[in-house]
Amino acid sequence: MAMSRRKVKSIGAAQSPLLGAAMFGPAVIYILALVGGPFLLAVFYAFSDARIGSVEMHYVGLENFRSILQSPSFRISVRNSIIFTLCSQLVVIVGSSILALALEKPFRGRGLVRFLILLPWVAPIALGAIGWKWILDSIYSVITWVLVALHVFKPYNAPMWLGEPYLAMASVLLVHSWRLMPFSTVILIAGRTAIPKDIPEAAQVDGAGFWRTQFQIILPMMRPIMSVAILFGIIFTFTDMTVVYILTAGGPFDSTQTLPSLAFATGIQGSDLAAGAAISLFLVPILVIIAYFMLRVAHRAEVT
Amino acid sequence: MAVVETRNLTKVFKEGELGAVNNVNLETREGEFLVFLGPSGSGKTTLLRMIAGLETPTEGEILIGGRVVNDLSPRDRRIAMVFQSYALYPHLSVYKNIAFPLKAQKVDKKFHKEKVEWAASLLGIGALLERKPRELSGGERQRVALARAIVREPSVFLLDEPLSNLDAKLRLSAREELERFHRRVGTTTIYVTHDQVEAMAMGDRVVVLNKGVVRQSGTPKEVYDNPADTFVATFLGSPPMNLVENGDVIVGFRPEHFRPAAGVTDAAVPFRLNVENIEYLGSEWIVSGTLVGGSLEGKKVIARLGSAQDLQLGKTYDFAVPHRELKFFDGASQIRVDARPVTWR
Repeated sequence: MAMSRRKVKSIGAAQSPLLGAAMFGPAVIYILALVGGPFLLAVFYAFSDARIGSVEMHYVGLENFRSILQSPSFRISVRNSIIFTLCSQLVVIVGSSILALALEKPFRGRGLVRFLILLPWVAPIALGAIGWKWILDSIYSVITWVLVALHVFKPYNAPMWLGEPYLAMASVLLVHSWRLMPFSTVILIAGRTAIPKDIPEAAQVDGAGFWRTQFQIILPMMRPIMSVAILFGIIFTFTDMTVVYILTAGGPFDSTQTLPSLAFATGIQGSDLAAGAAISLFLVPILVIIAYFMLRVAHRAEVT
Repeated sequence: MAVVETRNLTKVFKEGELGAVNNVNLETREGEFLVFLGPSGSGKTTLLRMIAGLETPTEGEILIGGRVVNDLSPRDRRIAMVFQSYALYPHLSVYKNIAFPLKAQKVDKKFHKEKVEWAASLLGIGALLERKPRELSGGERQRVALARAIVREPSVFLLDEPLSNLDAKLRLSAREELERFHRRVGTTTIYVTHDQVEAMAMGDRVVVLNKGVVRQSGTPKEVYDNPADTFVATFLGSPPMNLVENGDVIVGFRPEHFRPAAGVTDAAVPFRLNVENIEYLGSEWIVSGTLVGGSLEGKKVIARLGSAQDLQLGKTYDFAVPHRELKFFDGASQIRVDARPVTWR
């Protein structure tokens, strides 16, 4: 068996030694051009004083990093990024677990509900975020309008969803969770359907009620697939700035500023390419750690 | 311990279609090993799942220990079920698998260890308690599933084809073990299988099902020797009973009763057999061929003989079946009818 396999391999290689390289090439070029190049450029800029519109550039060593670490905006952004990522993942995983449970068994209109739930993921994020910008607008907000009509708030005292630091953070967080929920739900539904029907039935016969079956049998069995959903969610959240940028642009007073949005605001809008690049490099170690865990989970899923 | 009874139990999955289970009336006896036997799609598993409470009957009643349990959830029926796949919880150790029913039924924690160890030792898996199900062999998994079922001391055991995932060799020893296990615990057991050998070997009584209808129930001997209709006659026995149409009746006889005429001393019906194929199976010979002459010309039959060394392919021999071994079935309804003389010349 091993003999014959080795033989086949060597024949293939002898026939066209370049075939493997040719097949592999496009992927390598793609990754180098669109990921590797920009990444190296960012590293290069981070040690320079590059600015938009300036042709001169000098090596400045760790100067950019030193000044970033002293900037209060950066510290707030790091804190916000962590809060933003962890809280939205919590909301997403709890929400999508409930949705996956509700959508598991067939019922009338399940197809339509599934479609509606997928919509936030399928629709362009800019469109969805602009919709939310209106929903949460300081003057035209429908939410405020409803709450006022229900006499929860007085018209002059209504909350400014995007204008007050804590509310703004909560709004950005929930809108981002709304966007990520479908993805996680689809993964969890797949995970649930992969569990043989016998097992929850056995739990039922063994005397377990609904909650015990869910929490002691189903959820533990879903752990690998759930970790995949969470790790993907963390990456999508930690590196994403769309919702923040459209809803609040990091305001008010940096209260919703995250690392990617700060990097964009500093590097592109503020023309300080070097500082922007340096800020974005702070994402790298965290993403490396997450990537490591993802590969481990993927490997474990393969083995079992 | 308890008696399970079903009254007019019916399950229709899709309205307008034939029911998966139709009008089943059964009653187990105290401590009995009752086998549901039938081909796939015969409704035997659906019947078991209704008794377990995993499926809601369309009509009829289920009684366990004299109490109607239709509206009780599985956990309140005091039953234990072993699934075909064993359905062990893959993320839990063997110990925790066996302890799960105790935990779920809120048995005082201080009894857990003792009970789990009792169940494990009963099945000889005391050394495996720390393992995960994926580290066990098929036979060991089956024992864990049984231990998980026995640990809560249920009043009824439901077993859904528990041996079908084992290889042939293991199946035999697991079967014996199950029988011994049942004798020791003496709990009323309902066992579902499509394997007639298992049913014959293990059952105190066998219920033969086809298309959701009970065709016959009785001891293995009754069902084998006196089949109620042609379905039961052909489903039990390997090779199956020979069925030969003769006028408006069907004449049936087991291959082991179809022997060369010289060796039959009782009052017998003679046949002439043209031998077409001979198989040597070590302990026996399977001879197949066609009958010759009269109204039976060309009918295919099989004989099971201790020795067929004297027979030659393509030749015609005198065979016979003792009168009392002939069974008669109505040609139209396929149901067993009284014995009658056979004339075919």
